[in-house]
Amino acid sequence: MPTATTTSTAATRATANTDTAHDAGTKSAERGHATLLGAWRARGNADLATHLAHHGPPPLPRRGDVTWPERFAATIEASGLTGRGGASFPSATKLKLVRSARGHATLVVNAMEGEPASAKDKVLLSVAPHLVLDGAELAASALGAIRVVVCIADDAHETAAAVGRAVAERAGTDLAPVPIEIARPPGRYVAGEESALVSWLNGGPGAPGWRPDKTKPLTIGRRGPVLVHNAETLAHAALVATYGAESFWAAGVVDAPGTSLVTVSGGVERGGVYEIPMGTTLRDIVGFARPTGEVAAVLTGGFGGSWLPAGALDTPYAPRAMAVVGGVTGAGVLVVLPRQACGIAETARVARYMAGESAGQCGPCVFGLPALAADVEALAAGKLDPGARARLESRIAAVEGRGACRHPDGVTRMVRSALSVFAADAAAHAAGHPCAFALEPSVLATGTNRS
Amino acid sequence: MTPQRVHTVIKVNPISCEAYGYCAELLPELVSLDEWGYPVVDGTPVPPRLLELARRAAKECPRRAFLLEHAAER
Repeated sequence: MPTATTTSTAATRATANTDTAHDAGTKSAERGHATLLGAWRARGNADLATHLAHHGPPPLPRRGDVTWPERFAATIEASGLTGRGGASFPSATKLKLVRSARGHATLVVNAMEGEPASAKDKVLLSVAPHLVLDGAELAASALGAIRVVVCIADDAHETAAAVGRAVAERAGTDLAPVPIEIARPPGRYVAGEESALVSWLNGGPGAPGWRPDKTKPLTIGRRGPVLVHNAETLAHAALVATYGAESFWAAGVVDAPGTSLVTVSGGVERGGVYEIPMGTTLRDIVGFARPTGEVAAVLTGGFGGSWLPAGALDTPYAPRAMAVVGGVTGAGVLVVLPRQACGIAETARVARYMAGESAGQCGPCVFGLPALAADVEALAAGKLDPGARARLESRIAAVEGRGACRHPDGVTRMVRSALSVFAADAAAHAAGHPCAFALEPSVLATGTNRS
Repeated sequence: MTPQRVHTVIKVNPISCEAYGYCAELLPELVSLDEWGYPVVDGTPVPPRLLELARRAAKECPRRAFLLEHAAER
């Protein structure tokens, strides 16, 4: 059973690997009801009765209320909610796109969490499954959808069990006006990409498709439009609908309202998922997780994200502010690299892992990612010949933007940021000095750690 | 109302493409190959004098991965 802890500031932490729950009892517990992890923190239970006692029932439409979908869409738009799966796209725009499409719609809850350094979907669905399902039912109702499909990776057994219990609790109540199914696509990195998910739901291989026109909605069958939202996004949507668009602005900053789930890992004592107000500095977020030593750099966004140096730790955690310094919020991931680790060696491990996670469809990804990984490995080992560094730069450019999906672009962004943030190390390694820490155990867990 | 100019751009479907390389053979002005033999295009409009060759490259592609898209000029 997961546990959540209140830290001495406005962050709530939850991890999925201890059996005790405790509350430090600080003022942050009174920040109001409109947080994702607040109900669980206050009441320590994820069941439907507790959820309803805390938040009340979601404001689903009454039968025959034809103006409700428009009102719901307007509320989401007013809240300024953006997607929390990685792209930070305005949720209202996505909703509008699918609402205007013809055919029987499907609402897909994306809880695939293929990103190895992220645990937010797993934690959220364990401690607040009904908030996610409320959001799914609300969005589905706004679309006039015929079904909700919650996609959970086939190896994420505990998450699926938690959602299964929650779905069963709602069955037969008026909290499930649109029927909910659970689908279990393969737990691979790219399987959560939305066209890959829809491919799998269509009986296909679950690999990303080529979409030259992204304004055309994905479809189930020939013409059933699909709206894919990340699980966290839908939970926020439920809070917005329940407490009003203004409540979303109670936390966060002007261009990034609300709270966000962030998974902190690497060189920290208290790794886990934290709910923080948008705009909290990276230094504070990393501080909540108690770094084990001096912080050298932070990998932001995820394995397809971007390294930031310790000097950027005062950056507010928000999409635009992060972009200014070359970071990304992405899937809400911060991996702390301690001073006693080699950023180049970690980058090589991540690049190698990501090469193995290619769907194997596009040449530049199939051949380019292993080539990039090999170059960075050679660099970490101090075995990159002089001309090879220039070749590495040109390979990054050759791979970027050349896949059907964004998988190769994530890798090039991550490698490019490493060459800049660890430029001094890279120069030393290129001069034939392998990294002293290259053979240390990795701070980035590249194996899957689902449960 | 002024008539809209239409231009043609090359798109490569990266999933279908199997690096046959016919396109770069026929249209070296607009298509180069990366070190693995896959075509690189830059998304700029195809100049009128090369349109016929571009159409031929699209027709000859064994994987039907080389596509011409028509778009209104902005």
